Amino acid sequence: MLRYLTRRFAASVLILLGVTAVTFCLSFLIPADPVRMIAGRSASAQTVESIRHQLGLDQPLPVQYVRYVGRLAQGDLGRSYVQKTEVATLIWSRLPATLLLMAGAIFFELLIGLPAGVYAAMRRGRTADRGIMMLSFAGVSTPQFVVGLLLLYVFAYLLGWFPLSGYGTVWHLVLPALTLGIAGGGWYSRMMRSSMIEVLRQDYIRTARAKGLSERGMVMVHGLRNAILPVIAMIGLDIGIFMSGAVVVESVFGWPGIGQLAWQAIQRIDIPIIMGVTLVAAIAIVIGNLLADLVTPLIDPRIRLR
Amino acid sequence: MRSAFLAAAAATALLASAPTTPLFAQDMPKPGGEMIVTYKDDVSTLDPAIGYDWQNWSMIKSLFDGLMDYKPGTTELMPDLAESYEISEDGKTFSFTLRDGVTFHNGRELTAADIKYSIERAVNPETQSPGQGFFASIEGFDAMASGEAQELSGITTSDDRTIVFQLSRPDATFLHVMAINFSFAVPKEVVEEQGADFGRNPVGTGAYKLAEWTLGQRVVFEKNPDYYRDGVPYLDRITFEIGQEPNVALLRLQRGEVDILGDGIPPAQFVQVMSDPANEGLIVEGGQLHTGYVTMNVGTPPFDNPKVRQAVNMAINKDRVVRIINNRAVPANQPLPPAMPGYAEDYAGYAHDPDKAKQLLADAGVGDGFATELYVMNVDPNPRIAQAIQQDLAAIGINAEIKSLAQASVIAAGGEGQAPMIWSGGMAWIADFPDPSNFYGPILGCGGAVEGGWNWAKYCNEELDAKAAEADAMVDPAKAEERLALWRSIFLKIMEDAPWAPVFNEQRFTMHSARIGGEDALFVDPVHIPVHYDYVYATDAE
Repeated sequence: MLRYLTRRFAASVLILLGVTAVTFCLSFLIPADPVRMIAGRSASAQTVESIRHQLGLDQPLPVQYVRYVGRLAQGDLGRSYVQKTEVATLIWSRLPATLLLMAGAIFFELLIGLPAGVYAAMRRGRTADRGIMMLSFAGVSTPQFVVGLLLLYVFAYLLGWFPLSGYGTVWHLVLPALTLGIAGGGWYSRMMRSSMIEVLRQDYIRTARAKGLSERGMVMVHGLRNAILPVIAMIGLDIGIFMSGAVVVESVFGWPGIGQLAWQAIQRIDIPIIMGVTLVAAIAIVIGNLLADLVTPLIDPRIRLR
Repeated sequence: MRSAFLAAAAATALLASAPTTPLFAQDMPKPGGEMIVTYKDDVSTLDPAIGYDWQNWSMIKSLFDGLMDYKPGTTELMPDLAESYEISEDGKTFSFTLRDGVTFHNGRELTAADIKYSIERAVNPETQSPGQGFFASIEGFDAMASGEAQELSGITTSDDRTIVFQLSRPDATFLHVMAINFSFAVPKEVVEEQGADFGRNPVGTGAYKLAEWTLGQRVVFEKNPDYYRDGVPYLDRITFEIGQEPNVALLRLQRGEVDILGDGIPPAQFVQVMSDPANEGLIVEGGQLHTGYVTMNVGTPPFDNPKVRQAVNMAINKDRVVRIINNRAVPANQPLPPAMPGYAEDYAGYAHDPDKAKQLLADAGVGDGFATELYVMNVDPNPRIAQAIQQDLAAIGINAEIKSLAQASVIAAGGEGQAPMIWSGGMAWIADFPDPSNFYGPILGCGGAVEGGWNWAKYCNEELDAKAAEADAMVDPAKAEERLALWRSIFLKIMEDAPWAPVFNEQRFTMHSARIGGEDALFVDPVHIPVHYDYVYATDAE
């Protein structure tokens, strides 16, 4: 186990280095000059060059990258070009909201996706199955801002059950988490359905059925436990995806998550923030995957970590 | 000539004529109460030397003060931290006497040395201030901007209340420069303690002080009880809620949860909001020191021929473009907006005339038309505006391919002179201060026509540059009219050369809740956007 973790950790560091290198190069490929965005429209050429020099942006790209990684190794994510605030502070301040939204979204994804998928698998080919699959298709393909604004208009504006936007109480969380949950739930229900159908074909299910177990008990006891494995891997990925921010939903609901920070940074070519957010997201994906891999053998003892 | 200006007189005049003067007794501004303003984007910084966007611009004006300011709701200068000032006859020496008893939010009294320090801080290359260039007329600027000197030799403080600026050339815009955010007074000890974090922990002398800043969520201003000006601000608290989508903010305003839409009325809802009788009296329309224009790169054939540029001016149907954006603008025929001093009222401009435009193209030897590119920022409504312009150009045989890019990329293409045509929407030009010179140097003068400059037409007319210098040397207030006339002639000459096709001047539509009161001018203040925070008031204040 320890050996496994060590190996995974070493691999993660390499992955993260790769991610920083690619992001670093990409942000310099943008046909725009971050220095001009800082210097403003009235700056002289001299001012522009002075700022470029102070930020080290006049150095060759590899030198800049090595410097960046060097500072990163000391835990320094740098300061925002535009806000001058430390990137770590900016990301840290938005972490609680991001984590909360992630938890809420995954909760709704599972709440919607699992029962729907299981039920559809049990009713395979019948009207209920078709209905659920149609709904899940709609859930997956409707743009999030449409779902979000619709929920907001009906449940917050017309009915007044939830606050119109903002952050702070659990009531603020429901609608944005539900918006993400509807889209994710669509995916999960499809995945759960096909995984469950696959499992229900297995010999041990036939044995269980022959043993006289009720259909419901069989699905719950033998089916679910085996069919849920791909869903767990997917949750691992979701953790990473939500950590990089749910830009659209955050923007509709005024949710102070990392997505809004990243979006504004991209508009302003604020490279230190772009780098920082990418790095955090990459770390989250690595951790999410690791967690998923660690949880799997607990559910299915046949799987060993090596 | 020696002109002395006493602030006491100005203050009296202000009380008598200020837009806050109530018409009816029940409209009396009341102290107290609070107001909520919504914004989509995070506040980037509240450091006056750094902040340069339309969100933090007027927030900074409420936290800090400069030597000069504008009468609320107008473009008229008045002394602020200065009590009085004198300008030497040659227009090169500006002496200011500071007001007595002004204190920073940390309790320390303001002195002349603070003003000197604050301006030098903006010029110091280490500050990376986008406003550095505004101080170029102060003696010693070059030495300090290049990092050779640690201070500006042109600023002297003989005592705590006197500050004298020695300029290297007469500068008629200097009083405006002393009213611009970059010159605002900051306390040295706090700046040094906070370092780069001063922008999040601002301390000034202004009407409000920062009470709370929760990153990504809200910024709260609290009334400064020691503000030197009696009676203002009216509001006890202003809360800026961040991350609010404009459509949602509008719903919240209609429900009475918020008071001012910082980002304005969302374009998609504009017609509906304007026609809803429930909103009567809640929306104030006003001019803006803004012009939207198409630049034509005079170095790129066939735009090197003025006739082709004039043809483009005649080809664009400005009325239609204005209709596309729901009449949120007025058609423009010259670079200066109507609200700007120096605007040529009686100038007719180029009327929409495709036939004459075609004739001009034929005269220029491109009667068969040509292909070119029109760069545009990729945020609505700009691509739609570009399409309308594209159709108008096609009607006279110009085949313009639209290049819709992120703002920074369009700015880069314009600065490097790669873009034959650019629609300026979303990027330029809103005046830094209400003086015609601000619409010339960086965007139409030779100084801006360099690599990376904002003169995207790369238009450089040495003769006009000389005239501009002459106009800006006319410091004597008695010659103000003469100076404006000279500026007017400069811009009309530019229209003859036609490096731009001015398209429209944006109008502002500020929507506020019924709770918030104040003269209309305060809600469309040309300098404070969206509203003048210091002078609006809550009608339900107890």
